[in-house]
Amino acid sequence: MLYFTRWKAAAILLTAFVVCLCAVPNFIPADIVNSWPQWAQRHVVLGLDLQGGSHLLLEVDTKAVQKDMLEALRDDVRRVLREAKAGYTGLVVRGNSVEVRIREGSDAEQALSKVRELSVPLGGILGGTGQRSLDINMEAGNLIRLTPTDPSITERVRQSVDQSIQIIERRVNELGTVEPLIQREGADRILVQVPGLQDPTRLKQLLGKTAKLDFRMVDTNVAPEQATPGNVPPEDEILYSAHAPKTPYVVEKRVLVSGAELTDAQPGFDQRTSEPIVSFRFNTAGARKFAQATQENVGKPFAIILDNEVISAPVIREPILGGSGQISGSFTVQSANDLAILLRAGALPAPLTIIEERTVGPGLGADSIAKGKISSYVGAAMVVIFMLLTYGLFGLFANIAVAINVAMIFGVLSLLNATLTLPGIAGVVLTVGIAVDSNVLIYERIREEVRGGRSPINAIDAGFSRALATILDSNITTFIAAAVLFYIGTGPVRGFAVTLGIGIITTVFTAFTLTRLIVASWVRWRRPQRVPI
Amino acid sequence: MRLLRIVPDDTKFDFMRFRRISFPLSALMSILAITLYFTHGLNFGIDFKGGTLIEVQTKSGPADLAKMRPTLNGLGLGDVQLQQFGAPDDVLIRVAEQPGGDAAQQEAVTKVRGALGDGVTYRRVEVVGPRVSGELLSYGVVGLMLAIFCILIYLWFRFEWQFALGAMIANVHDLVLTIGFMSLTGVDFDLTSIAALLTILGYSLNDTVVIYDRIREMLRRYRKLPMPDLLNASVNQTLSRSVITHVTVSLALLALLLFGGQAIHSFTATMMFGVVLVGTYTSVFIASPILIYLGVGTGRDALIAAPQAEKAADKPKNRP
Repeated sequence: MLYFTRWKAAAILLTAFVVCLCAVPNFIPADIVNSWPQWAQRHVVLGLDLQGGSHLLLEVDTKAVQKDMLEALRDDVRRVLREAKAGYTGLVVRGNSVEVRIREGSDAEQALSKVRELSVPLGGILGGTGQRSLDINMEAGNLIRLTPTDPSITERVRQSVDQSIQIIERRVNELGTVEPLIQREGADRILVQVPGLQDPTRLKQLLGKTAKLDFRMVDTNVAPEQATPGNVPPEDEILYSAHAPKTPYVVEKRVLVSGAELTDAQPGFDQRTSEPIVSFRFNTAGARKFAQATQENVGKPFAIILDNEVISAPVIREPILGGSGQISGSFTVQSANDLAILLRAGALPAPLTIIEERTVGPGLGADSIAKGKISSYVGAAMVVIFMLLTYGLFGLFANIAVAINVAMIFGVLSLLNATLTLPGIAGVVLTVGIAVDSNVLIYERIREEVRGGRSPINAIDAGFSRALATILDSNITTFIAAAVLFYIGTGPVRGFAVTLGIGIITTVFTAFTLTRLIVASWVRWRRPQRVPI
Repeated sequence: MRLLRIVPDDTKFDFMRFRRISFPLSALMSILAITLYFTHGLNFGIDFKGGTLIEVQTKSGPADLAKMRPTLNGLGLGDVQLQQFGAPDDVLIRVAEQPGGDAAQQEAVTKVRGALGDGVTYRRVEVVGPRVSGELLSYGVVGLMLAIFCILIYLWFRFEWQFALGAMIANVHDLVLTIGFMSLTGVDFDLTSIAALLTILGYSLNDTVVIYDRIREMLRRYRKLPMPDLLNASVNQTLSRSVITHVTVSLALLALLLFGGQAIHSFTATMMFGVVLVGTYTSVFIASPILIYLGVGTGRDALIAAPQAEKAADKPKNRP
């Protein structure tokens, strides 16, 4: 156990050295590190609990996604049946399906085969699962029922989450924050972490809006004061103004132009009234539609609707042909600015709900770092002194090994660009305990072997070989606990699991190689007649 | 310089005889802990209960809780708890979970922010919605079970099944006592507590495994030694290591406890109890003697009974 070939010793030292070197960028000011090549910049990221910031967990409203999906399906069925010239009644969304009854039995078979074309194989060209997007059944009385399959719903939710992530990125970037983290969590969740953000109120406002913008005509044939959901024509609906007092408007369901056709939106001021406004520009198709609609409806009011609330309902004075316009409607500078951001970023495919929020102010973060440092230093100092008192020279060896161990933990954390949290620091401190334990196991075993009457070199050799098996066993059990913690944990707990897990690996490495190498070198150098422990 | 020797060489404590006290004691303590858990319960933090936790620092002088309390309780958010946290100007505000889903929790925060105004800085705001809290709790419980199970499987492969079972009994005992401790002290039971429980599990097992390793070694070497003697010898031989390791771990934990701040205070306090007090006791007084009852080394009894004379020559020494 005490013999190392030259290349083996070199390999051990080199590994330890390189891993320790990886920790260096953490101790050098950021502006210097930034001038280094990319690969050398890897460093430990401070968790939100240490540097301050906001953590939001959002959930995509899968019910809304499913509802949109069914409504789109209903419209598709209508289109297909019209093209097929098949008479139908009762085309409705019922539960998780779309239902339609074909009038004539003679049309039924043809209608069914046309409708079947709406069901497409899932998974694109490579989709080998054989699953399709719809279950289609014909029941008694020529009733066709179309039900989206579970995998197709899952797929749609996945797409919605992906789209939402892109839109959230655009919205969050408008806040001008540093390195926001936006990532998928599970099937229908999105994690947003913004370091340094102290008050997430504005962020929440930006994320809480779907920002679905529509331009629709106001139906002037119905007096809004007398309108109730029962007496408006089926092609109309009642919507209320976004600002108090909540006044009702009767607007057409048909959309003239939607926000998806905007290319730009900017906050500004009205030249005459100097009120805050949002000016916008349509793309070519949107501009054409808007021009046509305004030409046909001069003198009539249209409504600008955001998330089913009427922002304003101006009267069209003249055709708007240039493809640009402005929205005014009791904005403040801030709200005009936010609306412009939302319109530029685009609409979310489905509403988002905040299901978890954790915000840490910068003061608490700085306090935590300071406390983490003090407790680490004090803990390390006490352990170092205790080891020196107990094992003397061998205690010094142990302390060197533990110090290298800690440096290696930070090296590995840097390599992984891992996040260091306050529980993570606790993990490092505990690792010091475990690392010391591996040395204690070895030394106590050596002492036993000496008392048993072995020669010093023999005892050291036997001590190492017997203790290492124990160290491996005991560390694997702790490692299993750390792995489970990592697997189930979120945020801070995961940070603890990461440092503990890495700490166990570096501990086993140092115990098996470095400590042994140090002791072996000492034995070869001094040829001891007795073991000094 | 003379080196520190906390445990003298060649101790010969009869740990196994103590099992007649330690087993009933542990059984009693476990029953107490379970009773505490069911009567007193755990002080679930917002991670598992849902709701809002806000830590604020008053900008001018110490916080006047008596003034803040009626303001916040008048918001119609149910019971709002205020507590001084660490420093006199630091206040922890707990708002119970609001009925009405995730959006209602967000409204509660807005209301509290509005009521406190500009007189305070927000050090921490945590809002956990009803669904997340439910998931976190089930993840935590499943995680603990999973960890125990994985470790059991590992021990079963490395040792014999009796060792795995013994280690598991010892560990469940540790967890039960620690949960009793948490119930008694009323520390916040949150995600970090699960982390603490898992670490205690890992550490305590670590200790148990070290002793089991030695027992296995002794079993191979002394085929005719009676089990209680063999177990005693194993525990005595590893005693010095156990003590030294626990002193170092306690030193590290003590530093965290004294200087780590309020945020990890309950975490370190729980660890201190679990690792230092319970974990050590368990490996020596529960995990080892229980092997006698689980039938480790049975089949050797016949051998021991017959050649009594050989036994003297087979006394355990500290080396082969």
